[in-house]
Amino acid sequence: MEWHRTKVDFAGTLFRGLSLGSILLVAALGLAITFGLMRVINMAHGELIAVGAYTTYLTQAFFGSGMTLPCFGLSLPVPGLQLAGSSREAYFIAALPASFLAAATAGLVLERGIIRFLYRRPLESLLATWGVSLVLQQALRLIFGPNNVQVSSPSYLSGNWLVGDVILGWNRVFVIGFALLIVLGMGLVLTRSSLGLLIRASMQNRTMAACLGVRTERVNALTFALGSGLAGLAGAFLSQIGNVGPSLGQGYIIDSFMVVVVGGVGSLGGTILSAFGIGGIDQVLQQYLPLVAPGLAWVPGIGGFLQNLAQDAAVFGKILVLAGIILFLQWRPAGLFSPRSRTLDE
Amino acid sequence: MTFSTRPAPRLGTMLLLALGAALVVVLPLLHATGLLSSFTLSVWGKYLCYALLALSVDLLWGHTGLLSLGQALFFTLGGYLHGMYLMRMIGELGQYRKPIPDFLVFLGWERLPAFWEPFASFPFAIAMVFLIPGLVAFGFGYLAFRSRVKGVYFSILTQALTYAASIMFFRNNLLLGGNNGFTDFKFILGYRLDDPGTTRALYVASAVALLLAVAFCRWLRSTKFGLVQHAIRDGENRVLFSGYAAVHFKLFVFVVAALMAAVGGALYTPQVGIINPGEMQPEKSLEAVVWVALGGRGTLLGPALGAVSVNALKSWATRAYPDLWLILLGGIFVLAVLFLPGGLVSLPARLRALFSRRPSS
Repeated sequence: MEWHRTKVDFAGTLFRGLSLGSILLVAALGLAITFGLMRVINMAHGELIAVGAYTTYLTQAFFGSGMTLPCFGLSLPVPGLQLAGSSREAYFIAALPASFLAAATAGLVLERGIIRFLYRRPLESLLATWGVSLVLQQALRLIFGPNNVQVSSPSYLSGNWLVGDVILGWNRVFVIGFALLIVLGMGLVLTRSSLGLLIRASMQNRTMAACLGVRTERVNALTFALGSGLAGLAGAFLSQIGNVGPSLGQGYIIDSFMVVVVGGVGSLGGTILSAFGIGGIDQVLQQYLPLVAPGLAWVPGIGGFLQNLAQDAAVFGKILVLAGIILFLQWRPAGLFSPRSRTLDE
Repeated sequence: MTFSTRPAPRLGTMLLLALGAALVVVLPLLHATGLLSSFTLSVWGKYLCYALLALSVDLLWGHTGLLSLGQALFFTLGGYLHGMYLMRMIGELGQYRKPIPDFLVFLGWERLPAFWEPFASFPFAIAMVFLIPGLVAFGFGYLAFRSRVKGVYFSILTQALTYAASIMFFRNNLLLGGNNGFTDFKFILGYRLDDPGTTRALYVASAVALLLAVAFCRWLRSTKFGLVQHAIRDGENRVLFSGYAAVHFKLFVFVVAALMAAVGGALYTPQVGIINPGEMQPEKSLEAVVWVALGGRGTLLGPALGAVSVNALKSWATRAYPDLWLILLGGIFVLAVLFLPGGLVSLPARLRALFSRRPSS
């Protein structure tokens, strides 16, 4: 009986770890493109995720009763289709491409307007995109209000699935499936399509690709738009499992960067592995830290302090994960999988 | 790849001395004669603390090429450690009239936790202001530089460090005041904090600390150490191949910058009257980078100029246009990065170039 419960608990933890890993993966995939392939530090990535989430919200309003947006003094009406029932719930299907396109457009503007001038100055592109992220965040706050907005989950994404005695939330199962689908799609685009070929060629050796007639400027713009679009998709997806607010993206940006750095910059496989690794470890720590907390009392001097801290499993787990990442980078400075290279400055 | 040209020493020194004199002597005199309110003076004191933070960012970013997004962490650590002393000095004058800080009473503590005990001593607290940020910087820097974490990776890691610390400080269980941090300070070294004399003394202390830090940076870059520092910024591999242990240089600079930020934080707490984990959030570090970028990185006056001007703008804009302030800040930042890489300090030279070119063309 006791043993069975431990087993079920463990399976539940594993499942939550898997779904957290998928969330991290989806949030980080766009970064794996913009940061991993293009080496652009896009601090506005989180805000592109938020753009995707708000697009989902707008699509929902469009399928429902419509709404008006106060937009810098003007009021912008969003017409509603006044649908009901299952056709209204189909909004999410339409929201996926819409949020991809919205974020991709934003990304395209960002690349053409700012980033393309800063390809040779990576630190400066970090700073400029942070400026953009502030502007975007505040703009979202002014348009949609400072509070979270309601995005309802369609009925086909709610409910539970009971396997053995383990409860699997439908939306979490969906999260995992969706993540796998996106990764698969990404992989196919990168390795099987002509766009993917051009992307890989110009990212690996820009001058050579340009010599062979690849329009690298255009490829840059498209690649950045692709990465941004993926951020938008992540937003649509996160709107189903969390709150949608102006600072939605801030919660994911640091984790996403960690995922890409640990996975090895430029390696899609590494990103996948590190997302699930970080997600899994985080959930395991959250589950089992309170159990080991009493055992921390023996540490001289700060025992009581550590014990206290370990009670806050969510936070302490997160801190341990970050500390673990720093130590991990001691062992593998370039991440899990890094392309072998003899150049010094990568 | 820029080579820093050393400024004409005579003019630079004079400008520095004049500004220093204005800050240390003139403002306090105006205050003593009643021409300047205590509020304005303490606001200036706050700007100068921020200038220290900006200087520490510049020492790393402008002179060594290390963009640290963790300087707000060291600033806030300094602030908290000094704040712990100030909290002890409230004594039994808190809301609950208990000998321990209010938030501890609120959390149900009867006695002071052990690690709070020694903070009743001012020298101990000040020693901690140096020791703890220094140790954190040394530990993190050792790990990061040893594994040759560079460039943007270093930035991302320092940001993650700050983030981890900030979520920790937000918790009540850390016994450092949680969300609200420390506030309601009453005394420092036996003097009342709301006394104009104390305000003036704290302000002068900040101004002197800033001047000392500027003088230190100025001295450092005239030494061989400063040359190696710039060489690391401009081409680290060549420095390595020339036989210098770049790791040690970077580690030293990182620790010194952390101490500088910590001193700024320690002076900030009594003048602003509150310290909370909000100061530690990753965006605060980035804001400090904005000051440096706008003022002019790699210069002596730039960081302080940037810190004072952006914060003065902030004080005004958050009151006049609270909704638009972030858009303004973000916009300034983007424009500064794109169009004014040398910062405000480079503006006179640029204008001069613009005007002298015009007649010939």
